[in-house]
Amino acid sequence: MALTTAIDLAAERRARPNPLARLFDNKMFLIVVCLIPAVGLLTVFLSYPLGLGIWLAFTDATIGRRGVFIGLENFQYLLTDPLWRNAVFYSVLYTGVATVGKFALGFWLALLLNKHLPFKSIIRAIVLLPWIVPTVLSAIAFWWIYDPQFSIISYLLVEVLGVRETNIDFLGNPWGARFSLIAANIWRGIPFVAISLLAGLQTISPSLYEAAMLDGATPWQRFRYITLPMMMPILAIVMTFSIIFTFSDFQLVYAITRGGPVNSTHLLATLAFQRGIASGELAEGAAIAVSMIPFLVFATLFSYFGLGRRKWQQGSDNE
Amino acid sequence: MSDSVANQAPPALAKPELMSWDSRTRRVVTIYLPLAIFVFILLFPFYWMSLTALKPNAELLDYKTHNPFWISSPTLDHIKHLLFNTAYPRWLWTTMLVAVTSTFLSLAASTLAAYAIERLRFKGSSYVGLGIYLAYLVPQSILFIPLATVVVQFGLFDSPLALILVFPTFLVPFCTWLLIGYFKSIPYELEECALVDGATRLQILRKITLPLAVPGLISAGIFSFTLSWNEFIYSLAFIQSSSNKTVPVAILTELVSGDVYQWGALMAGSLLGSLPVALFYSLFVDYYVSSLTGAVKE
Repeated sequence: MALTTAIDLAAERRARPNPLARLFDNKMFLIVVCLIPAVGLLTVFLSYPLGLGIWLAFTDATIGRRGVFIGLENFQYLLTDPLWRNAVFYSVLYTGVATVGKFALGFWLALLLNKHLPFKSIIRAIVLLPWIVPTVLSAIAFWWIYDPQFSIISYLLVEVLGVRETNIDFLGNPWGARFSLIAANIWRGIPFVAISLLAGLQTISPSLYEAAMLDGATPWQRFRYITLPMMMPILAIVMTFSIIFTFSDFQLVYAITRGGPVNSTHLLATLAFQRGIASGELAEGAAIAVSMIPFLVFATLFSYFGLGRRKWQQGSDNE
Repeated sequence: MSDSVANQAPPALAKPELMSWDSRTRRVVTIYLPLAIFVFILLFPFYWMSLTALKPNAELLDYKTHNPFWISSPTLDHIKHLLFNTAYPRWLWTTMLVAVTSTFLSLAASTLAAYAIERLRFKGSSYVGLGIYLAYLVPQSILFIPLATVVVQFGLFDSPLALILVFPTFLVPFCTWLLIGYFKSIPYELEECALVDGATRLQILRKITLPLAVPGLISAGIFSFTLSWNEFIYSLAFIQSSSNKTVPVAILTELVSGDVYQWGALMAGSLLGSLPVALFYSLFVDYYVSSLTGAVKE
């Protein structure tokens, strides 16, 4: 097939020698042409705004005013701002608890899905659904599930099971709201983790387990000394992604609580939105957004090198 | 042919349970039961969403006389209200327009970029690849404030065009990496053959590489479509007028009014807004899985 295509191509080209086509055969020219759309878009709408955001963080710009350079003033102010400190606290808590939850449950689900099951592909398709559906829309469903008066969870606990006397106040008090949001985030994150890790699990050769079983390894030992080390490289990558996107999460919190009650559930991203766009304090919002960068860099380095280093020791072929 | 190219397809594990110690009950308790709970919890919000969307208000707010887990007299009132009394069809149209155009834009840009990086190997091509990869790690919530000023500078504020141009910033890195992986799996000898026979580079790309990369293009395309459909923060920050809003933003800002939430309409809106991607998803499940896992593996 390839050969006939090639012959056709040659014939076609002999038929109409095109100067433009010759130009496109110049490798340097072709490279530039191919890269321009992607690199151009990314430069104009990603690199430039990133730099601009860092610049804005050092100015006193508001919506409609360019602002002048004021040095570290924004950051000094943020350090004394209880709302910012609260947002940092909750962002770290949110990321930490949600990541642990997502990975514990997601890994478990991946291990379950890696077994021989009837209707495996259907189950896998269902599992991925929370990740496919727009986050805001499932967040609204959670909002309704967390309703103070008509929560279905409260109904189940109070009326059906009789475990509690009163409805749970999911979103009305700070800690309730914090953990309700974390639960929703875990719910949404499990599919991504489970399906990615499942792909990793499927690359582990069954002969390793067979050898271990012949040596009398218990299921836990097989998990601890075969599955876990073999999964480290992919865990490192999935966790890096997960941490970055959880820490910079915006949608869930904005949709369910908008930072309330009494600003207790603001993440850095929602606080940045509130200050930067809703109140028009561009520079302050930019400073809050920029203050995420050190956390993100640290988390990335930690998860990538902390977990990823082991792949050298294992000699894995996962690039 | 495309099967041999799609190296993401997981190898079939032909491993029966070797040990006979796990009896049937044990298997039920350790595998089926947890799995059933997982599936139940992962699906419940959607069940609840659909149920609420079809419940009449009387049942919705009265758990005493009606079993909340079922509908005794389903109604399409909420959906009708949404379609005829709000700008919902218009929001759906805008979302569709933005998602489809930004997907095609990103696909075109990333196909070319991936081809250049993987096939036209040049000095520093690996750095360009790394740079594009790093772009994927920059979260949108860091960028939206300066991007808002850029969008205003370009005079695109409140225009769907702003979203079409901005969405590729998170679509292009992803698609490029996915396609680099696909191009890698296409034997270079095919291109060399064509080159020897006098085909131009563009002919090679169009007639040999692209047809072989179709599964990869589909994966990247549906994935981009889903990501664009789900995008929220940019649409929230750059669009102001009600008619130009996308579905996720519009439901949250236009349908939530006052202190009395119209849960029926909200849930109907969420359900309708999820349907296009869910439908898409059900048609292309395998591509989703392969693009998700492929992107992680790269």
